[in-house]
Amino acid sequence: MVDTNNEKTYDLSVNLGDFKLDNPVIPASGTFGFGYEFEDYYDLNILGSISLKGTTKDARFGNPTPRIAECKKGLINSIGLQNPGIDAVIEKEIPRLRYSYKKKVIANISGFSIEEYKECCEKIDKVEEVAIIELNISCPNVHNGGMAFGTSPEAAKEVTKVAKEVTTKPVYVKLTPNVTNIVEIAKACEEGGADGICLINTLLGMRIDLKTKKPTIANKMGGFSGPAIFPVALRMVYQVYEAVNIPIIGVGGIETADDVIEMMLAGATAVEVGAANLKNPYACKEIIDDLPIKMKKYGIENLKNIIGMAHQ
Amino acid sequence: MYKRNKYKVKSNKKIAKNVYEMILEGDTTYIVRPGQFINIEIDEFYLRRPISVCDYDSETITVIYKVVGNGTEKMSTLKEGEILDILTGLGNGFSEKASGERPLLIGGGVGTPPMYNLCKKLIEQGKKPIVVLGFGAIDEVFYEDKFKKLGAQVLISTVDGSYGTKGFVTDIIKQLKDYTYYYACGPKNMLKAVYDIAVGDGELSFEEKMGCGFGACMGCTCKTKNGDKRLCKHGPVLKKEEIIW
Ligand SMILES: Cc1cc2nc3c(=O)[nH]c(=O)nc-3n(C[C@H](O)[C@H](O)[C@H](O)COP(=O)(O)OP(=O)(O)OC[C@H]3O[C@@H](n4cnc5c(N)ncnc54)[C@H](O)[C@@H]3O)c2cc1C
Ligand SMILES: Cc1cc2nc3c(=O)[nH]c(=O)nc-3n(C[C@H](O)[C@H](O)[C@H](O)COP(=O)(O)O)c2cc1C
Ligand code: FES
Repeated sequence: MVDTNNEKTYDLSVNLGDFKLDNPVIPASGTFGFGYEFEDYYDLNILGSISLKGTTKDARFGNPTPRIAECKKGLINSIGLQNPGIDAVIEKEIPRLRYSYKKKVIANISGFSIEEYKECCEKIDKVEEVAIIELNISCPNVHNGGMAFGTSPEAAKEVTKVAKEVTTKPVYVKLTPNVTNIVEIAKACEEGGADGICLINTLLGMRIDLKTKKPTIANKMGGFSGPAIFPVALRMVYQVYEAVNIPIIGVGGIETADDVIEMMLAGATAVEVGAANLKNPYACKEIIDDLPIKMKKYGIENLKNIIGMAHQ
Repeated sequence: MYKRNKYKVKSNKKIAKNVYEMILEGDTTYIVRPGQFINIEIDEFYLRRPISVCDYDSETITVIYKVVGNGTEKMSTLKEGEILDILTGLGNGFSEKASGERPLLIGGGVGTPPMYNLCKKLIEQGKKPIVVLGFGAIDEVFYEDKFKKLGAQVLISTVDGSYGTKGFVTDIIKQLKDYTYYYACGPKNMLKAVYDIAVGDGELSFEEKMGCGFGACMGCTCKTKNGDKRLCKHGPVLKKEEIIW
């Protein structure tokens, strides 16, 4: 963007490895459907990229309802990875998104065994529209799988390795905050060959309905996200930035351009916006529109230059 | 199609026990069918509140809501002139085409509101709807006169028998024979009872806790005979034949 008042240009572009983004703002997996749910609201091509709904080998209905509980400054979800399965995502959902979105996307892959992760990565490897594979080893909403891979460094390393063996696409591993030592998990992923780290997924939480005196959501517990978790996400991005040499996508509680800048100062190269899209379908657009204004305010001409600046 | 816009509270008044009618001024072009809903942002609450469109014209939307928790309680304190952020045009709505000459419209409590605009549309098309409304007691009854003014036949049940037929809407429906199709909205146990005893085809409007209200989060999915459906997008109205209880 060119600022006509004082002839300054603001450069919002960032690079996740070889993947060049016009700006760092990416809707987070699970909060943007397969993208086209938002095409009536604004031109999706203004987005840096889009992270698609978590995809598994087979179609999944997900967890019983209610799956949503409101919190102060956030919500708990227990969707349970509802998705039509990898084949339908490749044959139907990604081509459907193509009508309104011309840039490359991020495929979010989940599994219940190493074999499932492997099979999905093999299949998605052939899809031209996919720039990055986001390996979700952090879903708190499914039993025996998902988060289990994300809470042990050995398992995290193993699943990263297997994914890297079957694809030439960059693999970013998405981490759960529900661990005592996030750094050790991130390092294990880097050792396993990860091209980047994405963090954080949701925090395990719950609500109890005062009227029924029972847990609000059917699965009792679920993943807490929204603005309340921003400080936790920021702290983890900061810690991981010090420990690894691969790009980081910062996620968790981002709602404003200020949050994006803060997350990048902590060490994120790009950011994902989750719950904010559900509350305000224009959230990503508003953040992108506001970024140059905030860059001017804080004396930033090139966003790339502020990545990890808080560490200097 | 759905859109976000600002709406001005034109009026917000109590019309029955714990039940309020709110009229909102603003863009209504995205509301295309009776049975659709809007998603209202309320200050200090993270999620929007889904509420059915009771009626609308080119400038206003009327909603009727019951105070059941903190969000709707806050809503009941909104004053004339306050501005609200609302998503409109959500959900599929009822299909008027299927109605036949003498459709049956069934509303339970605050399941009544979406029946109002439907009734209006059907009467405009020359149909002769029968409206059956169920409430707990006489002080909860609302909109009886409004439906009558449209020209509909109105039958009311109350659980305690303080007004109309004692019992449930199904106690009235059992006596009716000559209806051509039915539309129902209300609590889930009422919908199930209607489904079990009403004859012929119909459609029923469901509720679920929602994260977004426009199909993005998969928070509101239910199983149907035509596959998994998100109630906010492919509902809230389901055809009788596709429902799995
Ligand atoms: C499509 C649709 C149409 C609706 N139309 C109407 C209407 O016309 N009139 C009316 O009075 N009510 C209607 N409801 C129910 C209304 O949304 C809830 O009563 C309201 O959200 C309760 O908010 P609260 O903060 O007072 O209650 P709380 O119990 O404090 O709410 C906590 C959370 O649960 C959600 N929630 C609670 N009850 C329901 C429910 N029954 N359905 C969905 N979410 C719920 C709230 O939205 C909130 O996120 C409709 C619901 C849906 C899904
Ligand atoms: C409704 C919902 C569904 C989600 N589904 C997924 C998913 O399928 N895969 C995934 O990796 N993360 C999923 N997440 C986590 C988000 O991508 C994100 O990591 C998290 O919500 C934190 O960001 P936020 O605070 O901006 O929401 C989901 C979050 C929500 C609210
Ligand atoms: S409430 Fe989000 S998909 Fe229906």
